[in-house]
Amino acid sequence: MGAEPRAAVGNDFTVRAPQALNDPTLRANFRRAMDGLMSKRAAQFADKPAWDSLRARGAAAKARVLAQLPALLERLEDKCRANGITVHWAETIPEANAIVLEILQKAGARTVIKGKSMVSEEMELNHHLAAHGIQAVESDLGEYIIQLAGEAPSHIVMPCIHKNKAEIARLFAERIPGLGYTEDVDALTAAARAELRGRFAAADAGISGVNFAVAETGTLVLVENEGNGRLSTTLPPLHIALMGIEKLVESLEDLPPLLALLPRSATGQHITTYVNMITHPRRAGELDGPEEVHLVLLDSGRSRVYGDDQLRDTLRCIRCGACMNHCPVYSRVGGHTYKFVYPGPIGKILTPQLEGLDCAGDQPHASTLCNACVEVCPVKIPIADILVRLREESVRPGGGDAVKGGGARRSALETLSWRAWMLIYSRPWAGRLAAWGMTRFGNLLPERLPLLKAWTSVRTKPRFAAKSLHELAREQGYCDE
Amino acid sequence: MSDARANILARLRAAPRSPLPDRPDWTPPAFGESRLERFRAMLGSVHGEVVETTLAAWPGLLRTLLAERGVRRVLYGPAADVGAQLGRAWTADGDAPTLVPYDRPIEALKAELVHSVEAGVTSVRWGIAETGSLVLWPDAAEPRLMSLLPPLHVAVMAASVLYDSLAQLVAEQGWAGGMPTNALLISGPSKTADIEQTLAYGVHGPKDLLVLVLADQ
Ligand code: SF4
Repeated sequence: MGAEPRAAVGNDFTVRAPQALNDPTLRANFRRAMDGLMSKRAAQFADKPAWDSLRARGAAAKARVLAQLPALLERLEDKCRANGITVHWAETIPEANAIVLEILQKAGARTVIKGKSMVSEEMELNHHLAAHGIQAVESDLGEYIIQLAGEAPSHIVMPCIHKNKAEIARLFAERIPGLGYTEDVDALTAAARAELRGRFAAADAGISGVNFAVAETGTLVLVENEGNGRLSTTLPPLHIALMGIEKLVESLEDLPPLLALLPRSATGQHITTYVNMITHPRRAGELDGPEEVHLVLLDSGRSRVYGDDQLRDTLRCIRCGACMNHCPVYSRVGGHTYKFVYPGPIGKILTPQLEGLDCAGDQPHASTLCNACVEVCPVKIPIADILVRLREESVRPGGGDAVKGGGARRSALETLSWRAWMLIYSRPWAGRLAAWGMTRFGNLLPERLPLLKAWTSVRTKPRFAAKSLHELAREQGYCDE
Repeated sequence: MSDARANILARLRAAPRSPLPDRPDWTPPAFGESRLERFRAMLGSVHGEVVETTLAAWPGLLRTLLAERGVRRVLYGPAADVGAQLGRAWTADGDAPTLVPYDRPIEALKAELVHSVEAGVTSVRWGIAETGSLVLWPDAAEPRLMSLLPPLHVAVMAASVLYDSLAQLVAEQGWAGGMPTNALLISGPSKTADIEQTLAYGVHGPKDLLVLVLADQ
């Protein structure tokens, strides 16, 4: 079960986008979902002054984390250790996978029940475990659906948002014995509950993500609506929590504003059904809860992002998904077009930084810079500025080392053209010569000329006027001075 | 793996420092006299049912409410105040639902809890009016799974423990001084909207949440 491992993926957003755009079902599924999410969110933040002050507080909470990140990570580790939670550090994805595998093997675990975790998607953990004979079952309904379908999530909050009811009904009829075809959502949900109940009870371990880890108290905070996260972290004897090294808050007092921002931004709910705060494994005398709790801190490129004080703001993200819900590009091409784990605006700035501009350098260009994401981001990440910066990094002479794969999109022809452009606009004689030339011969330029092609492939080639504005003005008696 | 730790921290420490911003003013909402009203409205908006009763009357009332729903097997914590009261009130009553005590480790009770109990009764440590949330700090007497595995969660809360907001609660009750194994905010029954944004209840946890609010004496 599970999505195929990601093949070597490259800069082919522009190849996949038209395919998605020409899929009417997909377009309709996303349109409906995005419209609903946007209006629900808007209703939550109708009071503008309240939104402004809450958002400022939330952004400051995350900015405080970045200002003190190494010290807070150490504090979190100390607190967790004191609480009886074992802390592991992983620099890379293979390291993180090896850590998880070792914990599971030591415990003799064969089956794992999983709560939703984007870090585990980054790690392609399910595949790694399957290769070692350990079966991981997703328990979030959306994740369960796409695991049955062998697909990857298309949204960071609602992983199966690309599918409609009929598609899910067909999938369940095929894959859940005895169910038959039904589009009744209660019946579909009940079928999943029945299938997964036994899995929870039988699981040797539970794996979850973390929404916020509180450095002050060593508390892992998970928000969810279904209760599968609570089950995964309570019923099996072993719990492994996975988090990126940036997902901290400094203290408990930072939690209420962020909890007020996250679900309202994500799904337009004032709060999720469950906010699950885990501080200890099962203690003497307690009757349930895991005997062992492990926390895996994953770097995988984040400390490099942290190295640049503009790009660093990317790490404030609380993964609410509001930026993608409001993105005119995401809502039309859907999550799979991005190919990587994080789609939409946050993906466009995070993926190239984690994976490198050499393999995801097209993503910062898949934006109109309309600023919708910036307006809704609850922690005020300047997404558009970072997009522009990444575009610059991707053509920076000599590569630059702020971002992995910097300079990867630099082309000699483009560089030469910009040099020529600079020359023309910095020397009046060159400008006059170029204007004269273009008005006389510009229309002879073939549409398929390199560089020009990028424009004319999706737009009509502009026609040059027979005379430049200056010439026309001079003829009418205006003069330069 | 200690290398990973050292390497990560070294890279973070080598990076330029960014300024440490102050926490700007932010005032969470307060509801004064209408606290309970707000609590009831918010919980109601997420499919939670609130019933007002008293300390003396709730076990009898619950018995009636459960009979209406046809609930016959009820999980309770005999060592907790709420559980003890329920035990005293119901054991004398031959027609009351069967009380299943959560008095052994989960490993010994798994089949019963996962598949057979129909309701779980717990106390509530605090309530939050802003979001209509119950705050539970499960312990040995009322373990974590009581509010999660049965299809109906009955939560018994004194009206006096209602706070305006989580921010107020965390500050006034000094949470930073010591957190329990597991602290929970519960706002409604388990739900999902993963299938075409259509709400469905009880996907993994309780399908129904019944809150008995005990009036101040
Ligand atoms: S970038 Fe902002 S809006 Fe987008 S997921 Fe992260 S926190 Fe939410």
